[in-house]
Amino acid sequence: MSDKVRRRDLLLGAGVVGAAALPIAGPAAAQAPAAKPPAAVHPAPAGYMFLKPSEQAFVEALVDHMIPADELTPSGTDIGVAVFIDRACSGSWGRGDRLYMQGPFKAGTANQGYQLPLTPAEFYQQGIAASNAYCRKTYGKAFDRITAAEKEAFLKGLQASKIELAGVPGREFFDMVYQTVMEGLFADPIYGGNRDMVGWRMVGFPGVSANNAENIKKYNDGMPFKAEPLGIADMS
Amino acid sequence: MAPRKLPPVDIVIVGMGWAGGIMAKELGPTGLKIAVLERGGPRSTQDDFNIPQIRDELRFHQRTGLMMDTAKDTLTVRNKLSEEALPMRRLGSFLPGEGVGGSGVHWNGVNWRWADQDLKIRSHYEQRYGKAYIPADMPLRDWAVGYAELEPFYEKFEYTTGVSGKAGNLKGKLQPGGNPYEGARAKDYPMPPLTPSLASNMFTKAATEVGFHPFPRPASQASQPWVNRDGQQLGQCQYCGFCERFGCESNSKGSPHITVIPVALKNQNVDLRTYSWVQKVLLDSTGKKATGVLYVNVKTGEELEQPADLVILSGYQLNNVHLLLLSGIGKPYDPKTREGIVGANYCYQVQGGVTLFFEDRAFNPFISTGSLGAIMDDFHYNQDFDRSKIGTIGGATLAMGGPHGRPINYHPTPPGTPQWGSEFKRATAKWYQGAVNIAATGSVMPHADNCLTLDPTYKNRFGQPLLRMTFDFHDNDYKVIGQATDAAGVIAKAMNPKIIAPGASRRSGWSVVPYQTTHNTGGAIMGAQPGASVVNKFGQSWDVPNVFVTSAAVFPHNSAYNPTGPVGALAFFAADAIKNRYLKKPGMLV
Ligand SMILES: Cc1cc2nc3c(=O)[nH]c(=O)nc-3n(C[C@H](O)[C@H](O)[C@H](O)COP(=O)(O)OP(=O)(O)OC[C@H]3O[C@@H](n4cnc5c(N)ncnc54)[C@H](O)[C@@H]3O)c2cc1C
Repeated sequence: MSDKVRRRDLLLGAGVVGAAALPIAGPAAAQAPAAKPPAAVHPAPAGYMFLKPSEQAFVEALVDHMIPADELTPSGTDIGVAVFIDRACSGSWGRGDRLYMQGPFKAGTANQGYQLPLTPAEFYQQGIAASNAYCRKTYGKAFDRITAAEKEAFLKGLQASKIELAGVPGREFFDMVYQTVMEGLFADPIYGGNRDMVGWRMVGFPGVSANNAENIKKYNDGMPFKAEPLGIADMS
Repeated sequence: MAPRKLPPVDIVIVGMGWAGGIMAKELGPTGLKIAVLERGGPRSTQDDFNIPQIRDELRFHQRTGLMMDTAKDTLTVRNKLSEEALPMRRLGSFLPGEGVGGSGVHWNGVNWRWADQDLKIRSHYEQRYGKAYIPADMPLRDWAVGYAELEPFYEKFEYTTGVSGKAGNLKGKLQPGGNPYEGARAKDYPMPPLTPSLASNMFTKAATEVGFHPFPRPASQASQPWVNRDGQQLGQCQYCGFCERFGCESNSKGSPHITVIPVALKNQNVDLRTYSWVQKVLLDSTGKKATGVLYVNVKTGEELEQPADLVILSGYQLNNVHLLLLSGIGKPYDPKTREGIVGANYCYQVQGGVTLFFEDRAFNPFISTGSLGAIMDDFHYNQDFDRSKIGTIGGATLAMGGPHGRPINYHPTPPGTPQWGSEFKRATAKWYQGAVNIAATGSVMPHADNCLTLDPTYKNRFGQPLLRMTFDFHDNDYKVIGQATDAAGVIAKAMNPKIIAPGASRRSGWSVVPYQTTHNTGGAIMGAQPGASVVNKFGQSWDVPNVFVTSAAVFPHNSAYNPTGPVGALAFFAADAIKNRYLKKPGMLV
């Protein structure tokens, strides 16, 4: 698919950019390779490990709506946010690592936090199914097929607790989805999102290299510190 | 199966965080057999906090990689006694540690001395505002120890962890640029203050112009290479912006695993056992003497009994209260009758402040470190600030010079900005560099309803009842933070930003969901007499005198200051009394 080719190009490009720009000081520099031949660059594998086709369609439509392609970044799918969510669901977080899962399960107050008997991955799947059911009933189509204005109305309704989903707390589902979208936009690229560190470039976050004992003196006059960002893979 | 009984030791220390590390280091040279039982695993800078892996916001911030595992043990929470408490199924509001170093490896390093403004709080308010000023449902108490008695032990802690700061009061003489309201110190901080950021400098200027007294926040990040009194080395802070919630790769954050713990372990008689989860303190038939502890090797599941002459509870505050309740030491607090004391006076802190947005400057929020910033005490330790006008007890600090710019969590936008889409992205790109926050942190006074008890329903992985927290903010707390947030607005205006956004209003009550602070206090409070307190000033149980309790559990109320300064000082203070008095003649020290 042309889409895949684009993604691959982007990744290869990212590797070259990353390799060309490693002007960092301090002990960290000793660990970072001075240059990497392009042949050593392994693009993050695309493809889904966990989400089913209908879920993939929902997630791609969602991340492209929340992170549309514009002058700042390519679309959410193209920067790997859908893959990030897939990996998050299939990984330890999605499977409920560190989640207290003993019953009885009861609905509490908002201040008591998460109380469902679902792992995050299960919650994702239930929420997607319930969202699609709602969208079909209201707009006649699944979420990925409705118009941008309808998507906007649906997401805003969920966020404001104005829309109720069958069997799933909508606001909590929205909060989890929103959190993972932000993670996919801004987490280190080793997790599959934030490809080419576009999220970091968008705001000017320099990533993991941070020997700033000198910079804190130099950059306290209101001028921005600018550097080619580095991720964990660039320094490993 | 009965637990396997181990050969006896002289002293068992439960938990290897700050307090446990101090106890082990101070008691190690006695040559007595000491077993330190830590529920989590070992930790080293090299293997656990290495670059680049430690600089992973997803793993350590979002997924709380260094903190306690709520799948094994958590608590139940509710705002009111009338509600049913439900489990905190994942971490949120606070983030206690698990593993060698405890919360001390991922703390922020703000290191305060709590002085008589806190330690003699009840006497002060009664004298100044009258007895009737203190509400009947506020069990406000003087601590059993005063600042003069603790001062040398604060110094010990500061010269162990390393603190970068500027003294405000040296031997009674006020020092320009320091905190004029602090208790008199015999010695200055071990190191000069951290390099100020633009945000620190702007706050210092604006707050001074408005008439306040800002000073550099006391920081357990080394402003220069430094060697502590035990010969342990700290590297210079690199302002990497991965401090709070992360371990420090350059050993510049004062942490137990690079200071007290390696020194303690030089003593052959100190035996650190990791993955050893203490379930309770064992008592003899009289219930007045501890015979040791029961613990589980969490790697094998085996139950072990460790006999000991002396038991020191050095878990985190919540863990210590939990262990006292599980062991039946002291009379549990009953919030309905207000009788009993173990679990009473649970306190927290309250947050407020404003965010400022500037179009014409960049704050480089990622060039930063945990305690960086300027802070002021004019509404907190300043006793000239007349509380009667707003009717409050306690106070709040105001600070600016944010701790990080990690973008999953830090991408501020002005109110009304869409939260997704191109407009969101443009606003994020525009304001990431230009936003800065004045943070208000308020004290929380005890309330008769706020308490820690055992949960009747939910159990931990070992089948023991969870700790149940009943907590909400009360009127005094809201007034304290409301006043401070208003004042933050006044200072913000003096800096002339494009937009000032007020912090979210917190009248909706305490929620377990968003992170606030890991500054939980109380539940095993100290006092001058048994009955109204759980322990004496040395942390010694009134009921079982061969059990000592460290941590912020012994604090009768919470300050606006972070708690670890007095946790450390009190651990040194108690260790000194144990070494020089208790071990020579076991029995009540008071
Ligand atoms: C994100 C964060 C930021 C913070 N920032 C600051 C700050 O800037 N300034 C400040 O003053 N404080 C700060 N704190 C709080 C500070 O970390 C604690 O006050 C301090 O570590 C408390 O020391 P402690 O020895 O009482 O407990 P800890 O350091 O938490 O150590 C307790 C240890 O006991 C172990 N343990 C508990 N129960 C058991 C059991 N049953 N059996 C065996 N072992 C057990 C735990 O695993 C842990 O290792 C922060 C905390 C966090 C989480």
